[in-house]
Amino acid sequence: MIRMSDESKKHIISKYVIKKQKVSTRPVAERIKDFQEVSLGLNKEQAILEANRCLQCPKPKCIVSCPIGIDIPKFIRCIANENFEDAINKIREKNGLADVTGRVCPQEKLCQAACVLANKDVPITIGALERFAADVSIDKEIKALKSNGKKVAVIGSGPAGLTAAVDLAILGYEVTIYEAFHESGGVLTYGIPAFRLPKEVIGKAMRYVKYLGVKIEKNVIIGKSLTLYDLFELGYDCIFIGSGAGSPKFLHILGENLNGVYSANEFLTRCNLMRAYKFPEHSTPVYVGKQVAVIGGGNVAMDSARTALRLGANDVRIVYRRSEKEMPARIEEVKNTKDEGVKFMTLANPLKILGNNQAHVTGLECIRMELGEPDTSGRRRPVEVKGSNFTINVDMVIVAIGQKPNPIISRTTPELKVDKEGYIIVDDRGRTSFEKVWAAGDIVPGPETVIEAMSGAKNAVKDIHLYMKRREEKELVLNPVLAWKF
Amino acid sequence: MTPIIEKKELSLGIKSLTLLSPLISKKSKPGQFVVLRVSEKGERIPLTIADADSKKGTIKIVFQEVGKTTKELGKLAIGDHILDLVGPLGTPSDINLFGRVIVVAGGVGIAEAYPIAKALKKQGNKVVTILGARNKDLLTMTGEMRHVSDDLFITTDDGSVGRKGLVTDQLKELLEKGMNVDRIITIGPAIMMKAVSDITKRFRISTVASLNPIMIDATGMCGACRVSIGGETKFACVDGPEFDAHKVDFDQLLSRLDMYKNSEKISDHKCRLVND
Repeated sequence: MIRMSDESKKHIISKYVIKKQKVSTRPVAERIKDFQEVSLGLNKEQAILEANRCLQCPKPKCIVSCPIGIDIPKFIRCIANENFEDAINKIREKNGLADVTGRVCPQEKLCQAACVLANKDVPITIGALERFAADVSIDKEIKALKSNGKKVAVIGSGPAGLTAAVDLAILGYEVTIYEAFHESGGVLTYGIPAFRLPKEVIGKAMRYVKYLGVKIEKNVIIGKSLTLYDLFELGYDCIFIGSGAGSPKFLHILGENLNGVYSANEFLTRCNLMRAYKFPEHSTPVYVGKQVAVIGGGNVAMDSARTALRLGANDVRIVYRRSEKEMPARIEEVKNTKDEGVKFMTLANPLKILGNNQAHVTGLECIRMELGEPDTSGRRRPVEVKGSNFTINVDMVIVAIGQKPNPIISRTTPELKVDKEGYIIVDDRGRTSFEKVWAAGDIVPGPETVIEAMSGAKNAVKDIHLYMKRREEKELVLNPVLAWKF
Repeated sequence: MTPIIEKKELSLGIKSLTLLSPLISKKSKPGQFVVLRVSEKGERIPLTIADADSKKGTIKIVFQEVGKTTKELGKLAIGDHILDLVGPLGTPSDINLFGRVIVVAGGVGIAEAYPIAKALKKQGNKVVTILGARNKDLLTMTGEMRHVSDDLFITTDDGSVGRKGLVTDQLKELLEKGMNVDRIITIGPAIMMKAVSDITKRFRISTVASLNPIMIDATGMCGACRVSIGGETKFACVDGPEFDAHKVDFDQLLSRLDMYKNSEKISDHKCRLVND
């Protein structure tokens, strides 16, 4: 057993004296009327206090449980010492999107769950500290990095694409991101509402990416405007695909194409990307009912419900076939959603969407469910309770049951192997079946969160770099004159 | 930003713009479309590529000034730029040697049908064209269409040019007379395509309709454009826009097209209190 010196005992005791700092949120009555950020984060004093609570474990479990391995204790120590610039630099060694992950990462299931203090139910609020470090960082140009002369095309400017671009740029690659939309950010822009991830925050993150020398070509759909073959012809050495899932799943039940039934993707894209919440100042309209049912239990379902509420719905209900315990949404978002007055109708599965003679939705027929044995996901499988059908009156339904991969790239690239559902198959290095093409994020099977997508992208970049170095070495062997020059 | 290099008024409220977009013109095939946004706060609208010249690097779009965005688009002049333009989108038309093909197009759909008729003719098909509009002033591109057709019929609601009546009257007559037809392509207002499909179903002639549902991203991401094809939900933006007309649930398409009627009125309404 290691004996603790009196000095370190005192040190630890002094840390226990500081109370866990609470992240405040804007009052419900105020926030449900606008799209400004709900969480206020930590202020400077709170952040320093919270950072001082960190025990600086010699074998920190938080780092191990972070999918991208951020040196959490070190950046926290920088905040405790009030070296905020050092804190963000420490984070950026692994994560160029701290502004984003500090807000949307499910920390309570990852780093904060692994924190030693979680045993006492007072884990360090690592996410809030990460957000603080990003928010106080100065938005300034950084010295241009030296290019290694190699070009990489990145498809998609969402979490996977941005992470790959940042890591590649830092390694000296000339990176061009191709984005299909008129605005970059991928799911961060079209999917996550401003009350959870403000547009200015995405803007700041995007500027950092550009400061690193990354070029972004918007309005280019790879697979349509340009194919992967065209990209190689344009002189790219490698291609990274981070195009996301982006194709909404539907329930395939009767009445799903009635007016007033939206995919969450459509509803959120209208509101977030197209700013329909500012209609008619912005030209894209959106319909919002008075009684809304949102089907699903993930973050997208919570985002949709809260958006509908902010746009004037009186009664918003989450309809979920399992129980609240199985909901994949972040705990904080479930709480915020409930606080705002969204009702939760769990253990209910929709069977049919009812409509009137104007083809508009009027009701949702559901059936009660009970939980059976655990399924492949480890969650208990919901089973129908026979004869327990019931109908609720609604004039809007939002289907938020997940996405599947968009087929545009794979349809025009026969070399790219996809699985039954259309996900691009990659090996553990992120390599696809098409040489010099890597993929990560929602377009490959597995990842579901921003941080997992980022982790996959980082892994792929490591292999891209290795591949390029090996290729260079081979070239040197084959070309002794070039080798002599070096 | 895409520059406008040519602008024409084809008929009353129907205009064409030629845009310099080498990337899109190189890939564009008949039946495909682009999505564009005119201004920073504007919506994304899909427009069919009415012609493409890969040598010059240009594409042509034709539109009728009916809503806020198309009116804004109509105000742009040569030298102005389109803020956002993306494409080509959608699955290209099936251009093959079918034999005799009837192209039935109405309104602004005539411009959309032109590249398809042109390609079918080039492929060696006999192309019979039936064009319809409410009146003479709304009829477009008859010259171009005549050029790529073996036979051309015109109908107007008021009889101001061609036959008085609907495209379906002409179509029915040709089919009843026993014209041997291998394929029919119809592009225009949903209600017209529905009527065409109803007739050709009776004559059992394979028919393709180019559907025009509401779209946002047009890359298969949102599902706004979903249509029922033989009871199965398809996304017109990636799976279409062309489908077997006999399998299309036109009533559903029609009601979905009406979804934002009220909002469109608000959007297009110019408040005199503010603007005058």
